[in-house]
Amino acid sequence: MSYATTMLGRNFKHTLRNPVAVFNAVLFPIVLLLMFVYVIGGAFDIPGKYIDYATPGMIVLTICYGLSATALAVNSNMTKGIINRFKVMDISRSAVLSAHVAESMLRTVIAIAGLVGVALALGFRPAAGPLEWLGAIGFLVLVSFATTWLTVALGLFAKTPESAGMVSVPLVMLPFLSSAIVPAETMGPGVRQFAEYQPFTPIIETVRGLLAGEPSADSVIVAVIWCVGIALAGYVWSLSIFKKRA
Amino acid sequence: MTSSAITASGLRKAYKDKVVLDGIDLDIAAGTIFSLLGPNGAGKTTTVNVLTTLTKADGGTVRVAGHDVATETRAVRAAIGVTGQFAAVDELLTGQENLQLMADLKRLGSGEGKRVVTDLLERFDLTESARKMASTYSGGMRRKLDLAMTLVGRPRIIFLDEPTTGLDPRSRRTMWDIIRQLVAEGVTIFLTTQYLEEADRLADRIAVLDQGRLVAQGTPAELKRQIPGGHVRLRFAGELELDAAARILPDSTRDDEDLILRVPSDGGANSLRALLARLDELSIEVEEFSVHTPDLDDVFLALTGRTNTKVNA
Repeated sequence: MSYATTMLGRNFKHTLRNPVAVFNAVLFPIVLLLMFVYVIGGAFDIPGKYIDYATPGMIVLTICYGLSATALAVNSNMTKGIINRFKVMDISRSAVLSAHVAESMLRTVIAIAGLVGVALALGFRPAAGPLEWLGAIGFLVLVSFATTWLTVALGLFAKTPESAGMVSVPLVMLPFLSSAIVPAETMGPGVRQFAEYQPFTPIIETVRGLLAGEPSADSVIVAVIWCVGIALAGYVWSLSIFKKRA
Repeated sequence: MTSSAITASGLRKAYKDKVVLDGIDLDIAAGTIFSLLGPNGAGKTTTVNVLTTLTKADGGTVRVAGHDVATETRAVRAAIGVTGQFAAVDELLTGQENLQLMADLKRLGSGEGKRVVTDLLERFDLTESARKMASTYSGGMRRKLDLAMTLVGRPRIIFLDEPTTGLDPRSRRTMWDIIRQLVAEGVTIFLTTQYLEEADRLADRIAVLDQGRLVAQGTPAELKRQIPGGHVRLRFAGELELDAAARILPDSTRDDEDLILRVPSDGGANSLRALLARLDELSIEVEEFSVHTPDLDDVFLALTGRTNTKVNA
């Protein structure tokens, strides 16, 4: 067993012992989906079925929503004593952080599977063929990987668990200000420009395109560049803070 | 393999312009208990952090288990075990899972890992609580689990940073017994403490750290010889007796308010017998008689000229 898988086992036990967090991560996106599809979505003027428009956005929201738990876990791991023990052991420094990322991504995959299952039951009918599905899954894993590394950095950067909960709020909020729920063109001035240029719009458009079976090369390229950039920045920042915090 | 487990020379560390360690030299023989004694803020934890690769020194060289801490960090980490001031246990795991985690990280095979975990739980009297979460453990149990985790993988050199601070007397005694057992097995122990008594009982050699410098080093007996802090305390029923006693004991210091006389003494049976005999000769009634062995305050007073238990660093 490698150090990272040992650590992953540890983090997974932590998560399972916090059933409220698991429940939250899986259930909240489903509640949100139901709310938008049945309560609010009827008022939106969107071509085609609203659930086909909203589900890709909800999938990305699910990824971001789970991040606050990750920030909290990373931070409390650093502020509790056991990290000092790991630091004086002959184990790879990044194993602790990689385990957080892997655990967070696993949790996200479970939450997305639950959400997509409910969406399919409610009439979500993506046009994607097997290849597009694979592309969508691969791309979602990349988004989750990138945003999680950035969250790990933010969790490390926060001084207390309370502020760790706060630092992940922008990441959780960004998808709301994107084309996740309604197209950017329908938004007011200012917000619209913001929605058009922030990373989550191309990310969501890529997921939407892939699931609709007609990915647009433009948004795919922009989204992948964003993700690689976010992942790199998060990874480098995380390791540098991790090394500094003794 | 030399006979020194830890050597340090000219160790320096400053945080910004605040000097924490100002030229520390150490030479600790393998298989012994070395105790670093000092008040809060003397630099004990910083010393431990440098020796255990957690902090980089600004100057000087340190070799632990024959490896340089700066250049052979991994080899040093593989040879040492550290139990810090604050219990480094995973509160969301059970006692058993905590130990199993260590066994996995030390890459013990699954069979050996299980055996080691069971043995340690038994040895530290934690078998009954093995399946309870560490967050439910008492302070003493947490310390025991913490030390048990350090022992997984049999490190040859163990650093204990104030292992008994905040423990009740019984837990403290248990901890002392465990430390003695470890040394009997050939482990080298580097122990920091605020208590002279603890260093005295356990250590083969003691070094006294004050404001980043070693102000004294030696065996407990050598060190105590330098400290004239021991005294006999006599309390009398009235001023008459106090005056009479003070006259025949010119070295003593008197406290008129509490009718107390402090007589310098090494605490040995012969000198005590002589002292009592003199008082008896002159029929001076002594209300209360007690022998005071030097404590950390006396050590500091003697070595630094100030009572110094609250230096910040």
